[in-house]
Amino acid sequence: MDISLQQVSYAYAKDTPFEKRALYDVDLLIPSGSYQAIIGHTGSGKSTVLQHLNALLKPTEGVIRIGGTEVVAGKKNKKLREIRQKVGIVFQFPEHQLFDETVLKDIMFGPMNFGVPEEEARQRAIELVRLLGLPEEVMEKSPFDLSGGQMRRVAIAGVLAMNPEVLVLDEPTAGLDPRGRKEIMDLFYKLHIEKGLTTILVTHSMEDAARYADRIAIMHNGRCVLQGIPKEIFSDEDRLMDYRLELPQSIKFQKKLEEMMNKKLPSLCLTEEALAEELARLLKKEREI
Amino acid sequence: MKREIISLQEVTFTYAEEDIGIRPAIQNVSYTINEGEWVAIVGHNGSGKSTLARLMNGLLFPQTGTVRIFGEPLNEHNLWDTRSKMGMVFQNPDNQFVGATVQDDVAFALENNGIPFEEMVERVHASLAKVKMSDFMNSEPHHLSGGQKQRVAIAGAIALQPSILLLDEATSMLDPQGREEVLQTVHELRKETDLTVISITHDLEEALLADRVIVMNQGEKYATGSPHEVFERGQELIDLGLDLPFAMNMSRLLRAQGVQLVADHMSEEELVNDLWTSHFNK
Amino acid sequence: MLEKMIFGRYIPGDSFIHRLDARAKLIFVFFFIMVVFIANNWITYGILLVFTFLIIKLSKIRLYFLINGLKPVVFLIIFTFLLHLFFTREGPIILDWKFIKIYEEGLKQGIFISIRFTVLVILTSILTLTTTPISITDALEILLNPLKKWKLPVHELALMMSISLRFIPTLMDETDKIMKAQMARGSDMTTGNMKERMNAIVPLLIPLFVSAFKRAEDLATAMEVRGYRGGEGRTRYRKLEWALRDTLTLLTLVVLAVILVYFRN
Repeated sequence: MDISLQQVSYAYAKDTPFEKRALYDVDLLIPSGSYQAIIGHTGSGKSTVLQHLNALLKPTEGVIRIGGTEVVAGKKNKKLREIRQKVGIVFQFPEHQLFDETVLKDIMFGPMNFGVPEEEARQRAIELVRLLGLPEEVMEKSPFDLSGGQMRRVAIAGVLAMNPEVLVLDEPTAGLDPRGRKEIMDLFYKLHIEKGLTTILVTHSMEDAARYADRIAIMHNGRCVLQGIPKEIFSDEDRLMDYRLELPQSIKFQKKLEEMMNKKLPSLCLTEEALAEELARLLKKEREI
Repeated sequence: MKREIISLQEVTFTYAEEDIGIRPAIQNVSYTINEGEWVAIVGHNGSGKSTLARLMNGLLFPQTGTVRIFGEPLNEHNLWDTRSKMGMVFQNPDNQFVGATVQDDVAFALENNGIPFEEMVERVHASLAKVKMSDFMNSEPHHLSGGQKQRVAIAGAIALQPSILLLDEATSMLDPQGREEVLQTVHELRKETDLTVISITHDLEEALLADRVIVMNQGEKYATGSPHEVFERGQELIDLGLDLPFAMNMSRLLRAQGVQLVADHMSEEELVNDLWTSHFNK
Repeated sequence: MLEKMIFGRYIPGDSFIHRLDARAKLIFVFFFIMVVFIANNWITYGILLVFTFLIIKLSKIRLYFLINGLKPVVFLIIFTFLLHLFFTREGPIILDWKFIKIYEEGLKQGIFISIRFTVLVILTSILTLTTTPISITDALEILLNPLKKWKLPVHELALMMSISLRFIPTLMDETDKIMKAQMARGSDMTTGNMKERMNAIVPLLIPLFVSAFKRAEDLATAMEVRGYRGGEGRTRYRKLEWALRDTLTLLTLVVLAVILVYFRN
């Protein structure tokens, strides 16, 4: 399912004395099956864009196409609920949305709201508890009896249980410790590959964008200022600095090395692991000379 | 010779006193913190580091062992007096902001300690200047970013001119910009005063700024030393659920690929130099 | 939706009324409510209207906001007016048509009561429009202070109020976030029949309550760590300053009362 934003603008509190423009003529294409990162500072509009992806917000100008459904500014649309099942959003600190009596019930909440029969919803919930690495005992416990990290996984399961075609992640690692961060991001990547889930990652982390995304879009002051594949985006350091963004650490390091060696590596390495491999290969060649 | 300002001796604390099946949050932990030091206490979530913060501030009392602040064991009698000499900043920027505006919040601790009005005004202004939030004196909290709120919290904490500043995961909920603002602020503060800083964190950048690092794991003290000494342990720390500085991680990865290095380096410059001299400058 | 609410209805400004001490304004409104009842004829109600008009002018508040303030009570005013119009049977009959009889006194009383309501609502609106909620809380705390002798926890109540006020915008933001998160899971409070909507409230309220309790706990800890031990021995940072204009304003109320007494029937 493709998602596209065409000349989308959004203003909060439109037509009141408090009107505030948040998005300006945003054009964004998210092809089906891709992993897209949306990067920007707080206030860049990335959260606003995110809320348009499942029609929680409707544009005040422009058109959004989500799969076959069009959301046009100013026009009413009755199919919004369907969109919400197909585009699942994991909000920041998703553990704040937990409410039900047991973990299973909370996970089942989403799918059942969309008409999934109870027994099937329960099956999905049980599978997801396992998939997310939660111990079986938590299933009948109250979500509020779990640790923060476990609660987050339950919340994520609750969104995955709806079997969305697109998964939107709003800073999913906020507040987690390093191990937690790695586990969650690896899990999402695994789901992306195994289920072909179109994944949209809204993040501050250039490193995560470099590591996981096939496409990157940069938001700045309510506009989408740059879009492309990671290697393109990261090749223009000056441009990124205009938007107060830095290169991922591994790329910065690669540049330092290239300066020292007075030679460029064959390509831009997007992760530390890739850089280490490249360097090792290069050094072996050097020795052979 | 620096004076000891906080010490823990064989401290054990458990939240579930009745339930012997659950491991204590803190088990037999001892350490000393000297005046003027910046000590980072790091560990995975659940390692007991936040519990330590609460033990050091008298929010919790240990079942066994002693917590000494300024040389005196902490108890109900010296609690309030000790607290007036310690400033603490918590994790959630909103849930510690009490005042209607920035300056009201900074004044809170001063009001509680009966500081006279004129002095309060002076101290509020001075503290806000130190954290560079003077322009926001009358701002309301919901108009501030996380980083700004935490800086206000720091201003509130230092308004009483404490000897110790305790940061309990103060940057965990912030975006990178906010984190930088806060760490920069603390760094500057230490240049001007002899403030002892204890920061509980799992953030690498924060730990690297410290003079000394204490690593907690599963409620026990795992290691202590300078950031360099601690991070040299490399893979061990990753197994404990922590991060390594970029250069250290890069060194590890290169070695795993068979590249010879003098050592695992803490700084990128050192690593670049090592690669240059060992390999490229033949 | 939530963005459209003008919270607290305080409109910043620099007028004479804005600059009055909040205590003066509270005392003024309190006694004004009583003074209003002195009026009982055309002259006295006329004087009241002129007085109110002067205050509106002094406050420099746009009519738009005052009319908005009247909206909630407009039905009450009309209702009371009609009650008197049809059911107060005194004085000469001025309209006799089929079964409807309107007496002069009925019309007069209807108009008088409407004026009374309107003037009261306008003045209390001006109070909240020109005074920040926190100033009102401070004023109440200082004015009610003597009641501490009768075991009224004045300081605690005021602190509760001021902290609650500080959190209202934060809580509104949080409500918005949780609503959106649950809407994203298919639970929509804004659509569906009555039963569906009621069911959608639970997933909104429970997280809000849970988060509120956590906030309360965190706040209490933070307050304790910052030395809070109750009201004893606390000094005050936020000051209210009583000026000559505050005394004069209260005096005008006295003058108004005297004039009304003089001109009443």
